[in-house]
Amino acid sequence: MTPIRAIGRPALRATRTIGAVALFAMRGLSGFGTPRMILRQVMQIGWLSLPVVGLTALFTGAALALQIHSGGERFQAGDVVPAIVAIGMVRELGPVLGGLMVAARVASSIAAEIGTMRVTEQIDALVTLSTDPVRWLVTPRLWAAILCMPVLVATGDIIGIMGGWLVGTTSLGFNSASYIANSWAYLEPWDVTSGLIKGAVFGLVVALSGCWFGMRSGRGAAGVGRATTNAVVAAAVGILAANFALTGLFFE
Amino acid sequence: MIRTCGLSKSFGAKRVLDSVDLSVATGESLCVIGQSGTGKSVLLKCILGLERPDAGQVLWNGQPLDRARFMARFGMLFQGAALFDSLSVWQNVAFRLRQRMDDRRARAIALDKLARVGLASDIADLMPAQLSGGMAKRVGLARAIADDPAVIFFDEPTTGLDPIRARAIDALIRGIVTETGATAITITHDMASCRIIGDRVALLADGRIAHDGPVADMDRAPALAGFLGIPSAGAGDHAR
Repeated sequence: MTPIRAIGRPALRATRTIGAVALFAMRGLSGFGTPRMILRQVMQIGWLSLPVVGLTALFTGAALALQIHSGGERFQAGDVVPAIVAIGMVRELGPVLGGLMVAARVASSIAAEIGTMRVTEQIDALVTLSTDPVRWLVTPRLWAAILCMPVLVATGDIIGIMGGWLVGTTSLGFNSASYIANSWAYLEPWDVTSGLIKGAVFGLVVALSGCWFGMRSGRGAAGVGRATTNAVVAAAVGILAANFALTGLFFE
Repeated sequence: MIRTCGLSKSFGAKRVLDSVDLSVATGESLCVIGQSGTGKSVLLKCILGLERPDAGQVLWNGQPLDRARFMARFGMLFQGAALFDSLSVWQNVAFRLRQRMDDRRARAIALDKLARVGLASDIADLMPAQLSGGMAKRVGLARAIADDPAVIFFDEPTTGLDPIRARAIDALIRGIVTETGATAITITHDMASCRIIGDRVALLADGRIAHDGPVADMDRAPALAGFLGIPSAGAGDHAR
């Protein structure tokens, strides 16, 4: 009985948590919030994440071009740099790295903000003022993240491809026009669309982690700190797991 | 009238409220006192529905309390004021009003309530982080009375304030309660506050109501003498 219990208890706990998170997400997504609330979160989550997502994409695209060129040269396939950089950025690296950078920046800030509100009784105050904290705090953040992430991913894709082009034309001897033509030639609409869908899902994962752990923050600075750490870890793992599942779904 | 019947609440093995029966008449001001950690704030949260009691119920005018309707009829001053950081002072005060009227009208009422608690209109556009502790408490009080509530709850209204500002807040609360005829429930361990704000005082000890009587009789109550740490009842004013 003991081994069964040892497996069963954590399994039941995990199932309960997954169910609770799903219900929390459904409650959060059942409304939309006022345009002003959404816009404020769009600025926080989307606009302010642009520099970090852009820089990450730029350096990733540039490094990818160098790697593919040096690896491809081993079997006389150095010419595939533009196509591989474009496909790699758009399908995989743009959404995943963009998602991870947003997770680091946004999941932590959402968890810290909501956690502090819990500790200072602001969430209780919302309830006493006849306001549902989920509708007020969670809904705008979830929708803003879902709307912003595809835009961030698209921006990151373009900047990443530009990073590859910069290295390709300045260090690897590619002609600028042919590099751009080759980048587009092998790119299919579904490559781009799937990346944008991934972005929207990752946006949900990031905001949901921040809101979930923030709303369940423990007391004091230590409680908020723990909530923040848990939110970032959960968001990062969630993005990688969701990426695997979505890639299997889209391309297998 | 608000009445709690057999309200019980435990956290793990610790029984914080043990079948608490308490009633407050309409227009009455009740102070609930007790040492730190005796469950005063938990009692308040159970009445408000912020904590779910393990047993017992809360009645309002003899009926089980309908929280959706009740929430619209009461105001609450939190211990740390609990002002929303992202909203300005007037937006905090007018938070509930803005749900049903335009900003111009809501702001006018908010300025009126700020004046009622002794704050000038020039602080209306400040953010909570720019306020002192005493000012934040007053803004919290203005928010609690913004919608002319029938019942007002005060959770440790003078905690963190110096004695002069604490007495000023007490006087404000007493004035507002008398003027509006609202029912008031105050959680405090400040006996001086209790004398100013309360009509009745209840002592919460070991999760139960150990004393319940008029504030005027406070000094003669043996249970309160023990709480005040004086050798016998009537030994003098040991407030603060």
